[in-house]
Amino acid sequence: MCGIAGLFLKDRTLADDLGALLAGMLTPLSDRGPDSAGFAVYGSETPGDLKFTLRGPEEFDFDPVLKSLRAAVGEKVTHRDYATHIVVSLPADREALARQALAAFAKVAIVGTGRRMEIFKEVGLPDDVSRRFRLHHMSGTHAIGHTRMATESEVTTEGAHPFTTGADQCLVHNGSLSNHNALRRELIKQGLTFQTKNDSEVAAGFITSKLRGGASLEEAMESSLGALDGFYTFVIGTKSGFGVLRDAIACKPAVMAETDRWVAFGTEYRALVDLPGIASARVWEPEPARVYRWELH
Amino acid sequence: MPDIDLARSSVRELNAGLHALSAETNETHWRVFNPRGQHAIAAGLDRPLLVEIDGHVGYYCAGMNKQATIIVKGNAGQGIAENMMSGKVWVKGDASQAAGATGCGGMLVIDGNASARCGISMKGIDIVVKGSVGHLSAFMAQAGNLVVLGDSGEALGDSIYEARLYVRGKVHSLGADCVEKTMEDRHKADLRRLLDAAGLNGEVDIGEFRRYGSARKLYHFHIDNVGSY
Repeated sequence: MCGIAGLFLKDRTLADDLGALLAGMLTPLSDRGPDSAGFAVYGSETPGDLKFTLRGPEEFDFDPVLKSLRAAVGEKVTHRDYATHIVVSLPADREALARQALAAFAKVAIVGTGRRMEIFKEVGLPDDVSRRFRLHHMSGTHAIGHTRMATESEVTTEGAHPFTTGADQCLVHNGSLSNHNALRRELIKQGLTFQTKNDSEVAAGFITSKLRGGASLEEAMESSLGALDGFYTFVIGTKSGFGVLRDAIACKPAVMAETDRWVAFGTEYRALVDLPGIASARVWEPEPARVYRWELH
Repeated sequence: MPDIDLARSSVRELNAGLHALSAETNETHWRVFNPRGQHAIAAGLDRPLLVEIDGHVGYYCAGMNKQATIIVKGNAGQGIAENMMSGKVWVKGDASQAAGATGCGGMLVIDGNASARCGISMKGIDIVVKGSVGHLSAFMAQAGNLVVLGDSGEALGDSIYEARLYVRGKVHSLGADCVEKTMEDRHKADLRRLLDAAGLNGEVDIGEFRRYGSARKLYHFHIDNVGSY
C-alpha cells in the first residue's frame, strides 16, 4: 500500500497555504499508510545559509547540540523547534564543521539538509504526525508527503519517507524494489552513504548519484527506468523541481491534477478533492514509464 | 428521484439504500453528488435503476452490477464495473486500471481513455472505449467484446482464450497467442451493434477497425513449448 501526495505551486500567492493543503492531502491517505508519515517542504531560502533538519529521541534536549554547533561554526546559528525535530540554519560554507560537531551526538540524526528543503518524519497516524510538526503552518513552493504501510522493512522513523541522499533532494516511493541490495553496493562504491537497509533510500541514492554526475532531473529519472527493478511510483523533489515517475508495469496507483495555479499528485483521487479549483482541474492518470517534471521559473 | 449527497451520507448508506429497493419500486432514478473519489459507490446493484454520479469516483464503482444503468460524470478509479453481470456502466471521463475486469455481461462504455489491463479476464462483458487503452488490455480474456476507438498499449490480448478485440488505432504490440483476424460481415454487424449501443450511431466508420483474437495455441500443452515453462 502506502500513499503519496505531492503539490507544486505555480501561483506563489498560495505559498502560505502549502502546508495546510498538503496536510489535507495526507489525511485520506491514512487508510493506505497508517503506521508512519513524513513530508518535505521547500520553503524560503536565506542566502548563504544551509538548513539541517535534525531529529532526536522523544523529549531530547537539543541545547547541548546547538551549543556545540555554535562553538564549531560561530554564532550565526539559528533554529526552530518541531517536536522531535529541529531545523538549524547556519552558514553553508561551514557545513563540514557542522557535520563534525553533529557526529559527536549519537542520538541525533540528520534527517536532511538543503538551502530550502526541510524534512520531517515520524511513526504514527499521518494526521498526528502533521499536527506534531505544525505542517498546517508551513509555507513554500512545493512539498511532498508520504503515508507508510511497511512491507519490506521495519516500522521505524528511519524507515519513514521521504528519503534524502543529497542536499535539497528527496524522494517518496510507493512500491518495492527487488535489486536494491546490488544497486546499494554500487552506489556505496561511488561514495554515497545510506542510513537504512530500505529499498526506497536506494532509489533516492540513484537519483542523487545521477544528479551529481551532471544529469538533469529528467535525465536522472529516465535512467532509473533502466536501473531499478521492481514496482514503483516515485515523487521526487529538488530545490526547484518536482517529478513523477511510474514503472513500466504501473502496478501502483497514481492520479495527477493540474490547474493554472498548481500541479498535484495523489496515490488516489481522494487525496486531491480539497485542493482549490479541483472541480475544474485536468485530472489524469500518469502513463507508465513516462517522466513528468515541473520546474520553478 | 432520490438525491444523495455523499458529503453528508456515507457510501455504505447509499449502497444499503440501493440494495433495499424492491422489484416494484418507483424510485428508479437516483442522483449521487460529491463522490470525492470514494470507493465502491453503487456496487452490487440488482435492480433496473438509473444511477447518475456527479463527479470522480474511486475504486470498484458499479462493481458486480446487475440490471442497473450507472453513469459516472467524471473519471473512475481502478476496477470500474468489475465483475459486471448485466446492465450498463457509462464513464464520461477516463477510467483507471482494470476497467470491466472479469465482467460476465452487460456493457461498459468509457468516453475517455482506459489505463492498463482494461477488460482483464473478461468473461462476456462488452466494453467500448472511445479513447485508448493501456498495456495488457484483455489479458486472459475469455468471452465478450472489447472495442477501442483509439490505440492499444503493449501486449494486447496476452494469453487470450476467446473474446473479440476491435481496435481502430495503433496496436503497440500483441500479447502471447493474440493474432489479427479477418473482419467478416458478422463481425462488422456485431461491431456496428456495439458502437450503436455506445451512442455512436453512424459516427464511426467500421471499415477503420481491425479485429484481433486468440490463435488458440495455448489451449493445450504442446511438447514443443516445454522449453517455455
